[in-house]
Amino acid sequence: MTTALEVASAVRDPELPVLTLADLGVLREVSEEDGRVVVTITPTYSGCPAIDEMGADLRRSLVGAGYAEVEVRLSLSPAWTTDWISAEGREKLAAAGIAPPSRIGPSVAGPVPLNLVPPSRQVACPQCGSLNTTEISRFGSTACKALRRCNACSEPFEHVKEI
Amino acid sequence: MSFDNAYESLLGHEDSHWAFGTGFSDALVGVNREFPAGVDKADLAKYCLMLGDDALIFSQRLSEWCSRAPELEEDIALANIALDLLGQARMLLTRAGEVLDRDEDALAYLRDEREFRNVHLAEIDCGPGPGGDFGTTIARLLVFSSWRLALFSRLRGSADPVLAAVAAKGLKELAYHRDHAAQWTVRLGDGTDESHRRMQAGLERVWPFVDELFATHAVEARLAGVAVDPASLRSEVDGVLEAVLSAAGLTRPADTRAARVAGMAGRDGVHTEAMGYLLAEMQHLHRSLPGAVW
Ligand SMILES: [Zn+2]
Repeated sequence: MTTALEVASAVRDPELPVLTLADLGVLREVSEEDGRVVVTITPTYSGCPAIDEMGADLRRSLVGAGYAEVEVRLSLSPAWTTDWISAEGREKLAAAGIAPPSRIGPSVAGPVPLNLVPPSRQVACPQCGSLNTTEISRFGSTACKALRRCNACSEPFEHVKEI
Repeated sequence: MSFDNAYESLLGHEDSHWAFGTGFSDALVGVNREFPAGVDKADLAKYCLMLGDDALIFSQRLSEWCSRAPELEEDIALANIALDLLGQARMLLTRAGEVLDRDEDALAYLRDEREFRNVHLAEIDCGPGPGGDFGTTIARLLVFSSWRLALFSRLRGSADPVLAAVAAKGLKELAYHRDHAAQWTVRLGDGTDESHRRMQAGLERVWPFVDELFATHAVEARLAGVAVDPASLRSEVDGVLEAVLSAAGLTRPADTRAARVAGMAGRDGVHTEAMGYLLAEMQHLHRSLPGAVW
């Protein structure tokens, strides 16, 4: 029998199925208490509609692996950040044609700086590798992705935006 | 599989793969929700309703733009912003509901107008219907998200662990919302004569509702350490708006204040005419089919 952690780590994200929940960094803790598996996950965005699906998928996988009692807990704090996407997860995103987020570092106290122009992040095209890419829209098909276009190969692509 | 029912044929009697539909659970399931010692729970519930209703009602307004925005990307952007706010609303209404013994759906769909505690800015009709305009919606988004971002950056230090966590989570979302509105404001204000005129008109339309955002309510005053006093946000928000308007070549409208009823406004449950129409649409389905899920 595989461990509960191995089973939970392999469950895929409903919106970015190339990633597992462990790759995405939303899997906080897996423990066994009195024969019961307790999984703690964290939402990516406040309104993330996939959070309930993640819970259901975790339950289904663990029950399927022989763990009869499964409890999924949600943890809001500390808030999820794209910095928690693993190095392996970043490679998988790029291989799937989705540009991974840059590292942003810890959030700081005090007023949040205003950006009157989109930050000129260097985002590499996942098709040809060119850094000559432009943001088309900050908001994409899901809350976590922005839309960009490559000026070298003209392909549009998605970018997991930094949060 | 029957093709008489399009949804049934899509689902194939198995709805577990629908991320956007059935089975939404309690928004705070599993979250540590102990109440801090010495906090008046009734006041805490009222405060959560204030901040939750602001997000819920504005989310409803933003959703009205879906398929009506000037470009496809903007449909998606406004819908995404609405979704973030709806998520914030769900957590805040659930927190209020723990004290009031009502769930988030009961609070969203079964309260009457006088029980809603949102500011008027969230509810006024800025389009896409008659009399509204995209410029007005951007003006409202700019003011609302600048204000809520400043509020949430302080709320991170709340003595209530749920409020602090909701704020820390929502902060980064609101930063995206504000930047989006600010960049549109500059694009429209510094664009053509027509776009400039309409962006300025949008600011004039929403400005009378700005003052209410910074008025300290008795509940906020009593919840020192838990709530943020909105009066303390004014200079920071003014500074942000000034920076955006000046980059956009727009003029800050004169400070006028929308009429109140006996000195009361949204935080007291007194709303503008637009609110009844909004609630009728938002609550219609749930009230017609009690307990409906989708
Ligand atoms: Zn390219």
